[in-house]
Amino acid sequence: MLKVPITVDDHIEGDLNAPFTLVEYGDYECPFCEMVSPIIKRVQKHFGKQLTFVYRNFPQTEMHPYAEIAAEAAELAGSHGHFWEMHDLIYENQEALSLELLFELVEKLGLSRTDLKNTLENKTFEKKIRNDFNGGVRSGVNGTPTFFINDLRYNGSFEYDELISALNHTII
Amino acid sequence: MSKILSPGVAAPEFTLHTTIDQTLSLSELRGNPVILAFYPADWSPVCSDEVTLYNEVLPEFRKFGANLLGISVDGVWCHAAFAQHRNLHYPLLADFEPKGAVAKQYGVYREKEGTSERALFVIDKNGIISWSYLSPVAENPGADGILEALETLGK
Repeated sequence: MLKVPITVDDHIEGDLNAPFTLVEYGDYECPFCEMVSPIIKRVQKHFGKQLTFVYRNFPQTEMHPYAEIAAEAAELAGSHGHFWEMHDLIYENQEALSLELLFELVEKLGLSRTDLKNTLENKTFEKKIRNDFNGGVRSGVNGTPTFFINDLRYNGSFEYDELISALNHTII
Repeated sequence: MSKILSPGVAAPEFTLHTTIDQTLSLSELRGNPVILAFYPADWSPVCSDEVTLYNEVLPEFRKFGANLLGISVDGVWCHAAFAQHRNLHYPLLADFEPKGAVAKQYGVYREKEGTSERALFVIDKNGIISWSYLSPVAENPGADGILEALETLGK
């Protein structure tokens, strides 16, 4: 069960009042999150305005050295209104994930290298990222990606058909 | 099959190797809560791995003053390689010889497989089991139950 309700402080694609919500706890360096990312896009397309998608940070920093700085970079982009572009760019380029790549990606979105440098030095979004992580732990997130459909944990596979079917079977 | 020890029972004392030349006894940790995490084997799959998750949640456990101990029937060299590979910051105990003896005492040994169950214990500062949980063996139980148990201890 999702213990932390969705609020305006979340990264939300869609309408907060949509009948279906899908919350992902993800790690930018996790290969399974990268695999599922285009599938989520297709699921969103299928449900259109019926579905709201929320992404929360669950970086496994001891195993994934770039997970946290990638999350910082995405949050920085988010503070300039470019969260989803950055989120997508990181996953699309996950194989080449590096510090330099993150600098290139923020520049692509019109931010400066200095912005990212300062963010990483000050760990500007550390508290937000940690709050996402801890909220996830409290909700029983045990790895990435973990999904919640209308606040209930989804335990099925990450295949398109199974996600669609799980959402279709959700009682509103 | 033996039954997992329940809350209210004194946690059986043990002394096990953490490295080739170091041992740890449960009683050494008296005065602080202890989380005892039995798991079947080192080197299980990555992203949803329990051992790695607990490593990430370690700062939260420490807020309660709790010590986390991982325990499996693997030997010290296997544990050492595994801990190094996963960059673990807590000890892994080798319930290796006699094999599974501690798991048996806690009622979490799988005779057929020759490994422990996937099971969690929260032991209070006086050495009494305050919470225990037997997880389906293929399922990572997460950390929410442990944190709730630690919270209850503080009350």
